[in-house]
Amino acid sequence: MKCSRRDLLTTALKATVAAALPIAAFRFLSPAEVRAAVADPALRWGFLVDTEKCVGCGFCVKACKLENEVPYDTPVSRTWVERYIVTRDGQTHIDSPMAGRDGFTDPKVRDEAVDPAEITKSFFVPKLCNQCDNPACVQVCPVGATYQTKDGVVLVDRDWCIGCGYCIMACPYGVRFFHPVYKVAEKCNFCYHRISKGLKPACVEACPFEARQIGNLKDPEDPVTRIVMTQRVAVLKDEYGTKPQVFYIGLDRNVR
Amino acid sequence: MEPIIVHGLEWTTKELFVYPNEFIYWSIQIVMYPYMTGLVAGAFVLSSLYHVFDQKDLKELARFSLVFSLALLPTALMPLLFHLQQPLRGPNVMLTPHFTSAIAAFGIVFSTYGAIVLSEIWFVYREYFVAQTVALRGQQGVGLAAKRLLYHALTLGAYDTSAPALAKDKKAVRILAGAGIPVACFLHGYAGFIFGSVKANALWMSPLMPVIFIMSAVVSGIALCMLTYIAIMEWRKFRSPLAQVIDGVALEDIIGKASRYLLGFLVAAISLELLDLIFRGYTAMKSWDILRSVLYHKDFVNIFVLQYGVGNLLPFILLLLPRLIIRRTVFALIFILYGVFMMRWNVVIGGQAFSLSFAGFMQYHLPVLPHNLDTYKEGLLGALTVAVTPFILFWLINKIVPSLKFEGGK
Repeated sequence: MKCSRRDLLTTALKATVAAALPIAAFRFLSPAEVRAAVADPALRWGFLVDTEKCVGCGFCVKACKLENEVPYDTPVSRTWVERYIVTRDGQTHIDSPMAGRDGFTDPKVRDEAVDPAEITKSFFVPKLCNQCDNPACVQVCPVGATYQTKDGVVLVDRDWCIGCGYCIMACPYGVRFFHPVYKVAEKCNFCYHRISKGLKPACVEACPFEARQIGNLKDPEDPVTRIVMTQRVAVLKDEYGTKPQVFYIGLDRNVR
Repeated sequence: MEPIIVHGLEWTTKELFVYPNEFIYWSIQIVMYPYMTGLVAGAFVLSSLYHVFDQKDLKELARFSLVFSLALLPTALMPLLFHLQQPLRGPNVMLTPHFTSAIAAFGIVFSTYGAIVLSEIWFVYREYFVAQTVALRGQQGVGLAAKRLLYHALTLGAYDTSAPALAKDKKAVRILAGAGIPVACFLHGYAGFIFGSVKANALWMSPLMPVIFIMSAVVSGIALCMLTYIAIMEWRKFRSPLAQVIDGVALEDIIGKASRYLLGFLVAAISLELLDLIFRGYTAMKSWDILRSVLYHKDFVNIFVLQYGVGNLLPFILLLLPRLIIRRTVFALIFILYGVFMMRWNVVIGGQAFSLSFAGFMQYHLPVLPHNLDTYKEGLLGALTVAVTPFILFWLINKIVPSLKFEGGK
């Protein structure tokens, strides 16, 4: 067999490339993973919060912290619940102790008693990342460590984030924080590891009253989409032009 | 597993309703960052006044400012590295710059500016490098041989010191100094843009922010150069009473001239800041209620007493009073430097003094005694480390490139 120097080099190169490809590079993908990877044009995740149904039990916060390994006893959280108490004098008393994790068992708001006879209305508002269509956090990331997936969810690359905090400053909703253990930007991502496998986010799963729902906004038959299309829903702080994709039923003008 | 530290929890206190994830994330080092960048830019602009606009009486001060701006340059980078939660990943900004971000261009602008300053210094001092190499030739001793080798390397092999070659050097200096002014302004104006473009922050968001930053940068840079120059000259006068007059120009004349430029930039900086303030009050957007309570109540002393009063009005009067003497100038300069620092503080910390909910406040408590890395880096000692570094660097650089006693290669 004849083997010129050129042949030897070409074969050696091919062999090196072939050896460099581990078997692990080939694996079977679930349909959901394929959809996420090839950017299914028929998928855009959206969220619906029905504030009329929320009782402020805090199960969603508990479930989120455990599912996403955000240290349980820290004040930071990917999702939180706010309590609003409006009194006769027009004042709004707002609090969210430990992000609402343990529910609202104390009638006092930040150690300040509110006379029940004076209360005109009170309600709870769950908050989470709005997975904006025009996310300010993605725009300002200097290294591209935070990015928007094709199905609309904004993710953070923990291995590339430099921890400058610019995204935290840029988010008008205050959903971002530094992860106490990984020391990089952290935020709600609708439990992307779950939804891309066909599961529901931990908070949706944990909510006993269906106050939280997730859906595909591009599917007109989706229950969430149907409500967004047919009922009166609102979004938070749309004046910032971020085009938030978490929709609220029964949003009060006092909500911040 | 790394220890659990909620960044910002240590130095933030909250009042009324603040979102759970809100803390003072940008603390003292982000105050230091625009402050140091401003000093760099200002020092360079001062040196360009001589090199480009031929302000002859600023010659000595200009040469000093140029070298000083090189010493300040690395300290514009330091606070950022101190601030990053992942400082080792800092180079990622250069590897994958994401250009929709205002910070992404930092590496590029910063290194362009560094290249300009370095090459300008090289052209200014090339003649001196050659002279040193020649003077040290054939001298005995390891130290001197090493020194000769260093200067030899610094000449980059360009030994021609004939009149036409030196004329070319001078032309190169003028071009570089000219190109440096917009780059220096860009370096700093863009630090202002980093803040001004944050639409989520009611206090920061303003198109005036970059211009305000440039003006105050020039003010602080000129002030620091003048102050350091006076300190060095007075020290020399103390050591040898003969050195009172440099190149036939008395120290008083140089300082008098520089302080007039200083006043001009100071007026521009204050006017812009007041315009911004008046405009916010007049338009009274949704955020004005909370901004007003921060500006006129929570931060009143910081803004109106310390920044505008002690930092602007007082030095303004001191510099305008007739018969300017060095001692009075020194006080004015210290107040000006303090005023610009307070301006940075009131922007960075003041911008986080209120919650995004507009329903609560946050207060920053500067960690004085560190008890872990976080409280050192983002505390008083970290800030002092950054503040002291340029002087140490200047002392080192001055050993190789004497900015104060260089007599044109004689």
